[in-house]
Parts: sequence; structure tokens; C-alpha cells
Amino acid sequence: MTNTYLSDNAIVVEKLGKRYSIGRRRGTDDGMRHAIEQAVRSPLSWFRQRREEKQRGKEFWALRDVSFSIKSGEVVGIIGRNGAGKSTLLKLLSRITEPTEGRIRISGRIASLLEVGTGFHQELTGRENIFLNGAILGMSRTEIIRKFDEIVAFSEVEEFLDTPVKRYSSGMYVRLAFAVAAHLDPEILIVDEVLAVGDAGFQKKCMGKINDIAANQKRTVVFVSHSMSAIRSLCSRVVLMEHGRVVSTGDVDSMTSRYLEATVRSCTDHSEGAHVIFKAPIDAENERDFLLTKFELVDVRGEPKPKVSTWDAVAFRIHFYSRHQFQSGAVEFQVRTLDGVPVLRFSTQPDCKIDIRFDSGHQWIDCMVAELPLAAGHYVIAGGLTVPDVKYLCWSNEIGILEVHPKDVFSSGLPPSTGRALVASKNVWKSNNIASRKLG
Amino acid sequence: MTQLVIEAGRTEGQYWRDLWRYRELFLFFAWRDMLVRYKQTVVGVSWSLIRPLLTMAILTVVFGRLGKMPSGGMPYPLLVFCGMLPWLFFSMAVMESGNSLVTNANMIAKVYFPRMTITVSSVMTSLVDFLISGVFLVALMLWYRVSPPHAVLFLPLFVLLMVASSLGVGMWIAALMVEYRDFRFIVPFIVQFGLYLSPVGFQSSVVPEKYRLIYALNPMVGIIDGFRWCLLGISGGFLVSEIAISLVGVTLLLLSGIWYFRRTERTFADVI
Repeated sequence: MTNTYLSDNAIVVEKLGKRYSIGRRRGTDDGMRHAIEQAVRSPLSWFRQRREEKQRGKEFWALRDVSFSIKSGEVVGIIGRNGAGKSTLLKLLSRITEPTEGRIRISGRIASLLEVGTGFHQELTGRENIFLNGAILGMSRTEIIRKFDEIVAFSEVEEFLDTPVKRYSSGMYVRLAFAVAAHLDPEILIVDEVLAVGDAGFQKKCMGKINDIAANQKRTVVFVSHSMSAIRSLCSRVVLMEHGRVVSTGDVDSMTSRYLEATVRSCTDHSEGAHVIFKAPIDAENERDFLLTKFELVDVRGEPKPKVSTWDAVAFRIHFYSRHQFQSGAVEFQVRTLDGVPVLRFSTQPDCKIDIRFDSGHQWIDCMVAELPLAAGHYVIAGGLTVPDVKYLCWSNEIGILEVHPKDVFSSGLPPSTGRALVASKNVWKSNNIASRKLG
Repeated sequence: MTQLVIEAGRTEGQYWRDLWRYRELFLFFAWRDMLVRYKQTVVGVSWSLIRPLLTMAILTVVFGRLGKMPSGGMPYPLLVFCGMLPWLFFSMAVMESGNSLVTNANMIAKVYFPRMTITVSSVMTSLVDFLISGVFLVALMLWYRVSPPHAVLFLPLFVLLMVASSLGVGMWIAALMVEYRDFRFIVPFIVQFGLYLSPVGFQSSVVPEKYRLIYALNPMVGIIDGFRWCLLGISGGFLVSEIAISLVGVTLLLLSGIWYFRRTERTFADVI
């Protein structure tokens, strides 16, 4: 392939595929003993079996027939639901694992950031870890020395440079780790959702840094995220993936809305009735100490309420499970837009000052809302059990989809919908202008 | 501008170039292992002296005093220490490099770098201990007023052989351990039995002559006898054939180790 072709494209992916074998080699104690025993007992059938396993079943394609190209200087987002093959694609691009078929052509120095702080050693000091981590990510010693001060300044941990990182707070740890990675200075940067860490201020700083790399330094960035708002603010083009294949590539708006539609479709499971937003699989509580088991909508009498409209009186009934008795926990959930912006937040603690005791076993609690202020449209429910202001006992960002049906609450012929505004509130107007009077 | 083609099953040439590009990483890993090894220990680096000293004392008592093995005219502690030098290196290097991939599993799953660097550098770390013990050997020789023969010039050859054999075994075990954690239990056995199967506490001349060549199939036999020949000028016969067998064995071990490591390396991140 000629250089002119490559200099235009930073990354060209052709018919890429990655196959994993599953089932085989699992289980802890039939590792080698099993393999040896089988091989010794009947060598022929062992070989045959292995070949058969290779040929059929017990394997799946995490990625198949994926082709796309990314021009240099472009910032491309990769989106898709969990299991769509995004992580596998990133692993192949960053050469952590090799493809089963197909080809990737990369021109330019590539660096990937699939996790912040990989290779940090707990016993080593911040200073030592900067060098170690830098080297692992592909920087040379002289390069690290040159950028050392910059890295330290960005990380804001100067005073603790000679303290072992095991004594760092998690915030400091993440800051230092990101600082090293951010100064890699590659021509192509591959970023996974590493930004879901650290405090809000630092997250903003990270996004700013990535933005700077993309916009001001004209670098190629491949960015994977579940956050549509992050994708919208960073990317110029989006690759949408589903079940290990590229469904489509295109501009940010059309791809993100397609993704959100697909999310709504797959979350809407009416087998339990439309009032059930979420139901955990049977026995899901087996391995957990805390779990939300069901999330449903009921009316004021506690009867199922399959259809919710703007300004309806509604109760959110949250069923949950706690393995042990637990003092002063809290239930919290949020109603968010499809791209993750919280609109409403409800909690027993700290908002409502209700101290609840989790009994061991299954129980439920109702959160009653006299007048749901949401405009018609789709929302994501996120929620879980918490120890207020301390930690999450269990949490999910995507419990299920809440559909609010349109209702012409203002009798205007225009029922409030998310297209115009997210919430609708009762309102009264008053004027000092005599000429204004009530129409109709 | 650097160009890179990642293609299914076609990364061999790229790999060796990368190994060169990442050459600094060898030192970084070795440096890290050295820094970490003696953190939160009271006597620190002294451990790399205490261990061989105690082992020497025990082997001298067991084989020299109680077993009354021949010492070839040398002070028994010196005889033992000469054998222990390569043996302790080998056992240490094999243990460390064998575990190297599994202990760094997180890194392997998240970043690309030629995996060989991590295994090789853990062998290099053991080399530091080897040098420290080496200094002690010099002191011991001065104490007993034993000066080495001219053959000492061949010592680097045996050091090389020693490093190569540890690398060969280490690569095999590291790669196997990724998939079969059984080796975590097998390696201590190899090390434990190896101490008695190799001529560490005794001379290989105590082995009946008709078994000597079979005995030499243990590559450490040729290496340890070579060390004693270079440093103390004693050989229990069969030295040339022992070294030849060892040379062939180590070469095979190293080449096959690299081959197997490379073959399985592409799936490390998936299996580990």
C-alpha cells in the first residue's frame, strides 16, 4: 500500500474479527490434570475432540467483519451497548491481543489508555511510578525526564512525590496516573471510559486535556464511552457497534440518537406487564449481599400502573434484597435523560430524612410522587441502595426505561414533551399591562 | 511516520523490532523488582547474603561432616559455595520468571508491550543477587587462601550458560503458567528436588561412572562442574562431555522456550 494512502488515514480496519473460545479451560481444578489425563487415556480422541472444539461451538466471535477507517486528526467515538465488541476492538487496536482474522493498518505513534494507572506499583513512590508507568506506556527515559515537571504539575501531588502510592487517596492516585498518560504525546490516542473516575473537577480537567489533544494538537483520537454527552462534546464522527459488528458510522447526532433508540428498544421488555420497569433474573441475589430485584410503577392504591403521563400521581415501587439485616441504609433513584443527565433524584436519605432498616430478605418501598413533572418521552432510571454520603451498596446506571406518555396538561393542544423541555410545571402569570387578559 | 500493520498471525517481524524499541523496559522492570523486593524488610539487601550463607552451612554439615563426601582437596564450604552460586541463581531466576506473567496479569490485560521483557527482566534481577554472592565467594577464597587457576577465564562462558538455561526454563514455565496455574505448585518441587539432583552439596564424581552421562542430562550438572573447574580447578572427570551435553541441552531449552512463549503469547491477554 502506498504512503499517500496511509498518510490520509490514521487507522484502517479491514474485515477484522476476533474469536474467543469459551467453556474450554474453565473451572479451576480440571486444568492440566484433566488435559494430561485425557491425552494419556485416549490420545486419538483427545486430538479429535480438540479439533472439533476448534471447528464448532464453544467459541464466539466477539468481533466479526469489522471495517472502517479513521482519518488523521479526526476524533471518533465508538458507541454500543455492553457486549457490542467495543472493548475487544480497543484491545485489538492497542495490540493487547491479536486478531483472529483481518487487518489493521495504523500510521503514527499510537498510545492507548484502557485503564488509568496500569502498572502502578503500590510499594513505589509517586516519583518512581511516574517513570515505571511512563516506560510501560511506551515513553523513553529521556522523554519522561523531559516531561516530568509537567506531569507533576498536572497531577497536583507535588508534596507526596516521595510517598509510596499505597498511602495515596484514590483521588490522588487517579490524578497521578492520568497525568502520566496524558503526557504520552502520541499521534493517535485511544481512550476507554477511564474518565469515570475521580472527582467532578478532575473529570472536567481530563476531558479538557483530551479535547486539547484532539482540537489544538490535531491528533487522532478514538474514544469509547457510554456517556452520550461526552461523545457529543468531543467527537466529530461516531462508529455505532452492535453484536460485534459495525452497524453504521456517521455524524454524531444521528448515531447517538440511533443508539439511544436501540437502548430503549432493548430495555423495554413487557413480558411482566408494562408497569414493570425492571425485574432481576430469578436467583440473581445468590451472589449478592444487596440487590434491586424489581422496579415497578403503581398508582395511589398500590395497583399496577402501566401507563404514566405528565402530572400523574404515581408511586415508584422498589423491591430489593438484603442478605443480612442492615441498619440505616438508604434507597435512591434518579430519572435521567437518555444521555445520562439527571432530571429528578429521589432518596430516603439524605433528602427525606427517613432512616430505614433493611431486614434480611426481600422487601419493598414506595416512593410516591403526587404530580410527576416530566414531559412526555423516554427516560432512564438509575438507582440503588446506599449508605448515605458514604458508599453504594449496589447501583445501576441503567435499571430500565421510563416512558412518560403525552398529556395535554395545559389544554393547549401541545402536550409537554422532551423535544421542547424536560419538565413541566404548573404556572400562573401576572402582568402590569391592563391589556393582557385571559383568552378563551 | 511510524507505520504498523496488525494482521492475524503475521506479527513476527514486528515483534523483534518492538523488543528492541522497548529495550528500556527490561531495565525498568528489573529496577522495579529490585526496588520492591526489599521494601519493608529490616535487613534489606543482606537477605541475598544470609540465604546462601545458611544454605552453605547446612549443606556443609549434611554432606561434608555427616555424609563424609570427598572434597577434592578443597575446604568443603568453598566447594559447596561454588556449586551453590549457579544453583541459587537458577532456582531464583526460574521461580521469579516463572511467576512473572501471572503476577503482572493486570498489566498484560491492559497494555501492550512485548511480554518477553517482563520474563527476561526477572532473570536479570536474580543476576544482582548472583553478583552479591559472587563478591562473598571472592572473600571466602581469600579467607581460605585459594587462588583460582587460569581456567577462570572461561567463567563468563559458564555464567552465560547459566543465564541461558534459566531463561529457557523460565520462558517455558511462565508461558505454561498463564494457562495452567498448576505450575505454581510444580516449580517449588523442581527447585527443591533440583538441589539434591544437582551436584550442589557434593561433587558429581560421587555418582557412579556408568550413570555420569545420564546424570549430565541435567544441564545444571555441566554448569556447576564448570564453575568448580574455573574457580577451584577441580573436575570429577567427564567435564568435556558434561559441558557439551549441557550446551546442547541449554540451547534446545532456550530455543524451544522462546518458540513456545511466542506461540502462546498472542493469547496471553485472553487467557490470563
